[in-house]
Amino acid sequence: MSPLRAGIAFLLVVLVAALAYFGAETAAVRPLLADILPYAALVIFLAGFSFKVIRWAWSPVPFRIPTTCGQQKSLPWIKANRLDNPSTKTGAWGRMALEVLCFRSLFRNTRAELREGPRIAYSEDKFLWLAALAFHWSLLFILLRHLRFFLLPVPHWLLGMSALDGFFQVGAPGLYITDGVIFLALLYLLARRFWDAQVRYLSLLADYFALFLLLGLVLTGIQMRYSDRVDLERVKEFALSLTVLSPHISAAVAPLFFVHLTFVCVLLAYIPFSKLMHLGGVFLSPTRNLANNSRIQRHINPWNPPVKVHTYAEWEDEFREKIRAAGLPLEKE
Amino acid sequence: MRKKIGILAVLLGFFILVTFPLWHSVGMRHSLEPPNLVLPANQKNCVMPVAYMRSSHMFLLLNWRELVVRHDQHTFRSFDGKSYNMSLTGTCLGCHNKQQFCDRCHTYMGVQTPNCFNCHVDPMALRGGMR
Ligand code: HEC
Ligand code: HEC
Ligand code: HEC
Ligand code: HEM
Repeated sequence: MSPLRAGIAFLLVVLVAALAYFGAETAAVRPLLADILPYAALVIFLAGFSFKVIRWAWSPVPFRIPTTCGQQKSLPWIKANRLDNPSTKTGAWGRMALEVLCFRSLFRNTRAELREGPRIAYSEDKFLWLAALAFHWSLLFILLRHLRFFLLPVPHWLLGMSALDGFFQVGAPGLYITDGVIFLALLYLLARRFWDAQVRYLSLLADYFALFLLLGLVLTGIQMRYSDRVDLERVKEFALSLTVLSPHISAAVAPLFFVHLTFVCVLLAYIPFSKLMHLGGVFLSPTRNLANNSRIQRHINPWNPPVKVHTYAEWEDEFREKIRAAGLPLEKE
Repeated sequence: MRKKIGILAVLLGFFILVTFPLWHSVGMRHSLEPPNLVLPANQKNCVMPVAYMRSSHMFLLLNWRELVVRHDQHTFRSFDGKSYNMSLTGTCLGCHNKQQFCDRCHTYMGVQTPNCFNCHVDPMALRGGMR
């Protein structure tokens, strides 16, 4: 029941927001949310992240995975696809870079439809790719721009980035392009799970939770910037106090900021235990990071038990006389 | 084994990147003070309550601009009952010093120095920094 899953995920996010909002107004909880939660979230994130990565790194990957989307390198007159089916390390790096920066595998996304007949028809569906790309690049921009709260003096490249993002100079504080883009992209990614019956069937609570959480994070941020402004100087003071490990937050900072902050912390702590871990996982995907050189180099499974083999040469030695007597050809006379 | 060490090295690099603000602040520990904002000596109140000004003065400025340029209204009644002429240069910068007030906070916050002063005049700059 997908609507139920979506509803539960939504309520969970609302619950987090409510806890943060009322916590910020409760003297006993406020310091907990501001001074302890961010560090706890960071520690959980880093520990969980390492745990996952180390477990992946330590699992043996004895073979190359040749299920790729391009022609393997073979005979010189057959054109090989060097990026989709790389036979060299450089090629594998190229494939990984394209995957991480351009989401190349999403570009291949197709949609299956039942037409009259009935017959099945496949069509291209580039919107998932477009929305995912728009979302992730905006997120990167927003995260980097947020560094202005944590760094003093604010570096020049950061100012340049903010200026680029605020290129259209609409209003004050200036509208950031990425704010609109990330919001629309998230809306599409969510709507897609409702509209498309097949995707709806596949969607789990965790899928909706991640989307609602990000949407909540982005919406509270947008609200803070364009309507219910908070005291940014005090927010920066708080952010800087976090960086020197002596956190304190002014009473002047509004509860809305706490909702934003708590969303961040929940997201951070949630990453290692969820599908969002693809942040690290993509780099360790055997289908992306291994050159397919199985025809060039022999890969031996390290935990194969020693196999007793009897080669043809040995077999021929054993039966040489009999073979010769029967008049059969011998490889070695 | 070489591969595992490589992965661990990248993981370590990622840790350093994620915690970058901490390392940055270690180097800057002495200068993390909030900006020293010079307030007008002979005035007690701003045109709106100070909490509103701190967070939302840009809304007020755009509001003023809208009223002046589109609606030909020029007088603003402040919360403490005074009347002000709605003007960026004449009023805000009549009380506040741009460099020692606006700019200091904006630099601290990493706000792009608003482009308002491409057109509007900073009276201090006109008088060569003297008042
Ligand atoms: C207490 C710190 C502080 C002081 C003092 C201050 N500002 Fe600001 N101002 C800000 C912050 C923070 C922003 C950016 C808000 C954002 O990016 O969300 C801002 C934004 C602005 C903007 C919008 C610009 C943009 O591109 O977003 C204008 C215009 C502005 N300030 C004018 C002034 C003027 C004029 C003064 C002096 C009379 C002044 N400010 C004093 C903190 C301050
Ligand atoms: C392209 C030049 C230009 C820029 C940039 C500009 N203004 Fe103006 N502004 C004007 C002009 C012209 C008027 C009209 C003056 C008049 O009618 O007396 C005006 C009027 C105003 C007024 C009302 C009258 C006054 O004297 O102050 C305000 C307030 C104002 N602008 C604020 C801003 C703010 C805040 C910014 C930066 C975010 C800004 N302006 C950027 C040209 C500009
Ligand atoms: C009559 C003089 C006066 C005028 C005009 C005035 N201010 Fe102020 N402003 C003050 C005073 C005094 C304070 C300090 C108030 C306090 O601390 O309670 C202040 C405080 C502020 C602050 C908060 C500073 C802080 O403590 O972080 C900002 C931002 C600000 N003013 C911006 C503006 C802007 C923008 C304008 C024009 C729209 C303006 N002011 C017009 C006198 C003035
Ligand atoms: C995954 C992490 C985060 C995401 C996706 C996120 C998202 C956003 C977005 C979309 C905005 C709208 C304005 C803008 O784009 O700058 C915003 C604003 C804001 N965020 Fe975040 N945020 C994150 C983390 C944080 C953290 C850790 C802080 C703590 C300092 C923070 C504090 C703020 C504040 C104070 C604003 C208002 C900024 C302004 O008015 O200019 N955010 N956030």
